[in-house]
Amino acid sequence: MSLRFLEIDHVTKHFPAPDGGAEVCVFRDVAFSLEQGEFVTMVGHSGCGKSTLLNIIAGLERASGGGVVLEGREITRPGIDRMVVFQNFSLMPWMTVFDNIRLAVRAAYPSWDRHRVAAHVQRYVDMVGLTGAERKRPAALSGGMRQRVGLARAFSTAPKLLLLDEPFAQIDALTRGLIQDELIRMWTAGRNTVFMVTHDVDEAILLSDRVALMTRGPEARLAEIVDIDIARPRERAALIEDPEYLRLRTHILRFLVEGARLAPAEDHAPAAMERLAVSPG
Amino acid sequence: MTRDRLQVVCLSLLIGLAFVLAWQGFAGTKPAGKGIPGPVAVGATAWQMLANPFYSNGPNDKGIGLQLAASLGRLALGYLAASAVAVMLGVTLGLSPLLYRAVNPYIQVLKPVSPLAWMPLFLYTIKDSGQSAILVIFMSSLWPTLANTAFGVASIKRDYLNVASILQLSWLRRLVTVILPAAAPAIVAGLRISVGSAWVAIVAAEMLIGGTGIGYFVWNEWNNLALTSVIFAILAIGLIGVLLDAGLARLSRRLAYTE
Repeated sequence: MSLRFLEIDHVTKHFPAPDGGAEVCVFRDVAFSLEQGEFVTMVGHSGCGKSTLLNIIAGLERASGGGVVLEGREITRPGIDRMVVFQNFSLMPWMTVFDNIRLAVRAAYPSWDRHRVAAHVQRYVDMVGLTGAERKRPAALSGGMRQRVGLARAFSTAPKLLLLDEPFAQIDALTRGLIQDELIRMWTAGRNTVFMVTHDVDEAILLSDRVALMTRGPEARLAEIVDIDIARPRERAALIEDPEYLRLRTHILRFLVEGARLAPAEDHAPAAMERLAVSPG
Repeated sequence: MTRDRLQVVCLSLLIGLAFVLAWQGFAGTKPAGKGIPGPVAVGATAWQMLANPFYSNGPNDKGIGLQLAASLGRLALGYLAASAVAVMLGVTLGLSPLLYRAVNPYIQVLKPVSPLAWMPLFLYTIKDSGQSAILVIFMSSLWPTLANTAFGVASIKRDYLNVASILQLSWLRRLVTVILPAAAPAIVAGLRISVGSAWVAIVAAEMLIGGTGIGYFVWNEWNNLALTSVIFAILAIGLIGVLLDAGLARLSRRLAYTE
């Protein structure tokens, strides 16, 4: 067996039923792998357990069956080699922007002296365009700015694996585009391996090398992994015209709209857009 | 000063003045030396005592400054020790729901016990009245801080602890940079209640143990039938209580955060 960078090995997750009855299976037998430097996104309806899978990879939750192996080691607990960018940002509200990032940098580089740490923090503050806001607390920032801090905190530790849990869901559409561009810039510079979870199809295609599609939960399964063969750098404006983009978008949306069942239809002919009026997620 | 605030201050001063006038009128109906002394007599005593607050003419005749300092010294010892223990224990309980639920019944039983009820046990075991008084203060300021800390730590948002786990912070750094700051508003609220109940308890404790302190002073002046001194001491106790609370209110504003 060849050693993959990240191996999601037939992971199953059960949750105890809310009424104390039999356990509910969220997803079953999810298996795929990530190569180093790859950007893979998982798309699925709410309740398919994609965030739960991300938490299992992060080590914040345990799999009920199967396991996750990173560079040949099974993941059993959270670690600084797998930084998470959370949907709700999860910044420490009592710390300034600078201190939030510094907490992570100090944890990642314990041997560095304070000047080196401060310079490193400042570099990432500048990188996400928050210069001047270092002394502000998260409560004084907009959602977009907070997630910039979240991204800076995650990238500043140079993690082996970056886990993005619907990072742009709580950010308005205009800002979202800007921060997605920043994410791509930082990812291109550092070539981190990224696993992202989202229900925004455009975002998934724009950012990813591959998109994993989950069927509806409970008992969700991995239905298909779609290769995104669009050359980088991808320009948002040019993408809209790209026939390959449209084909992929239609294919994924169709999968989601048609009930996200296993064994998707063989013909990928673009469906009439009216049929896609139902928004996924 | 805003208009609203000005109104409050004026009304407040008016109520105070009305009370003092009524008090003087009531006290003036009795001949001097009988009944409750009026505000003028109390004011004269206060003037006298504040002119020389730190004199000492033997064990039964000390200035009010010395008495208050003795009480504040005991308060500091008992309160700081209790706060340290309460915060440590509270963090432990807050982090372990199992332990919290197991220990909570005992806390609930001990919490409503007047701290003075412990006095005989302390006197019997350590045989020192001064240390017993400090332990009474300890008991009086333990529970509010303990309960609030445990609650505050138990209700820290899971997200913050998750970030701490991902960053693999050492337990000390986790405590100092995440747990204590996250629970700080609840902890300080507990510390504020504690300092109030400690200051209430110390007067009673000092009446029992004698020697020095504002509580002993009140009892001693009662024995001397010096009611002007007793009334002045009541005011002084109240003012110091306000100052203690204001100090912690300031701390609470500094440690507050919005999510």
